[in-house]
Amino acid sequence: MSTAQNPVKIKTENLDFYYGPNRALKNVSIECYDRKVTALIGPSGCGKSTFIRTLNRMNDVVAGSRVEGRIRLDERDIHAPDVDVVELRRRVGMVFQKPNPFPKSIYDNVAYGLRINGMRDKRAIETVVEKSLRGAALWDEVKDRLDENAFALSGGQQQRLCIARALAVKPEVILFDEPCSAIDPIATAKIEDLIERLKKDYTVIIVTHNMQQAARVSDFTAFMMLGELVEFGPTGRIFTAPANKLTEDYITGRFG
Amino acid sequence: MKRSTKKSIVQTIGFFALRAAMGLVLAVLLFFLFDIVKKGGGAVSWEFVSQMPRRGMTEGGIFPAIFGTFLVTVITAVLAVPLGMGAAIYLHEYARPSRLTRLIRLSIRNLSGVPSIVYGLFGVILFVNVMRFGTSVLSAGLTLGLMTLPWTITASEEALKTVPNSYREGAMALGATKWQAIRTNVLPYAVPGMLTGTVLGLARAAGETAPILFTGAAFYLPFLPKSLKDQFMALPYHLYIMATQHHATQQVRPLAYGTALVLILLVLGLNMAAVILRYRLRRKQR
Repeated sequence: MSTAQNPVKIKTENLDFYYGPNRALKNVSIECYDRKVTALIGPSGCGKSTFIRTLNRMNDVVAGSRVEGRIRLDERDIHAPDVDVVELRRRVGMVFQKPNPFPKSIYDNVAYGLRINGMRDKRAIETVVEKSLRGAALWDEVKDRLDENAFALSGGQQQRLCIARALAVKPEVILFDEPCSAIDPIATAKIEDLIERLKKDYTVIIVTHNMQQAARVSDFTAFMMLGELVEFGPTGRIFTAPANKLTEDYITGRFG
Repeated sequence: MKRSTKKSIVQTIGFFALRAAMGLVLAVLLFFLFDIVKKGGGAVSWEFVSQMPRRGMTEGGIFPAIFGTFLVTVITAVLAVPLGMGAAIYLHEYARPSRLTRLIRLSIRNLSGVPSIVYGLFGVILFVNVMRFGTSVLSAGLTLGLMTLPWTITASEEALKTVPNSYREGAMALGATKWQAIRTNVLPYAVPGMLTGTVLGLARAAGETAPILFTGAAFYLPFLPKSLKDQFMALPYHLYIMATQHHATQQVRPLAYGTALVLILLVLGLNMAAVILRYRLRRKQR
């Protein structure tokens, strides 16, 4: 696994995050490489979801929250005053833990992001919707029923629809927040295959509580505990020769 | 006796008590309706609802009262609907939870419990005297609007609460602004509930007497208001007059029952409209 040709896409420097008085992230510094998959693992409540939600500033809306330290996307500080948070979220897409399709048709779900970003040309929208559904490996299953309500899809299909919806607005980074925790193993396998293909075009950061999943899909793994980054490195090395005793105990299942 | 039989007897008694409570409520309501239909049904005719009252309201119809109630309800809606929905959207979507917003919410809840006569007196001072709208359909409508506002806000906020947060987050994660997320991905799903609550509030306002008593309702007007600054007749107030204030209450009793029946049908109609509206909006989304 070479990283020489992949520049750093997202970088955090001494990142702290507070929910009111509670410090949820402590001094986290990570570099996520372009067109690679970075997995975040760790026990429940270790701050991995909080971390991923700071990367597209979704935590901005949480009352009483506060960020310290830097997050850089392509070298640029995403908290700089002239950064448009709306544009940031278009560039850094997100797929949530529980599939959250909107109560609209399959087609309108994918077209939603295009429309709110001002695209009006019907033909152009149609093209992007098809491309995005193909990109999320869902096209063949839904092409004859695009007008159906998205709630009619299975859980796994709903999650791939949410991926298609994220792809439609042409992001550069896609954040996955435990994307498979609410779906069955076969649907999980499909999403893992999909992530494998997505990294050709996108930088992927995935939070997972499933260590096998991290081992299967990621190039780099970060192990977090109690809001701190314990160890970060190439996935192969983290799983075969962890440098830290805590990492070793966690991946061998001694706690979790 | 086996324990399980004892338990099932207790259950039978429990269910019987609940059924009896329900039956009693229904019986009172049905008796009430039946009585009004029996005594007022004879008075209701096309002439009754379409003509002016004649001979000191001992003959003729109640058209001005129906029209007045309709007009005053429209004014109420014009004030209470946009303001109520707007306030609810602000409170639920934008205002950060703080001591101030808690206080505002508590005040709104309390305002919905203030007796309607208090709103009536408040309306006299604010709209009739200070703002110089006089005793008019405008003053009465605005007073009813103020009274309905807490209901509209509360119902609208409850409707917003039923929209899952994932619709907001999902939209914003795709690059929607907060307002875009609310407009395109929250309001469409909250509006049916908001409208239902609002129409129910309006139905209640349409049946109120106290708030319009001093602010604009007239004892007897054999013509329709020509402008918003004119006084008007309204069904609930007319009913009150026919039942207690008229010089020949015994003689006009059937007309009073007829008026009650029309008022009940009107309010029932509004409530039905709310149900149908919600049903149709919900179905359109599917």
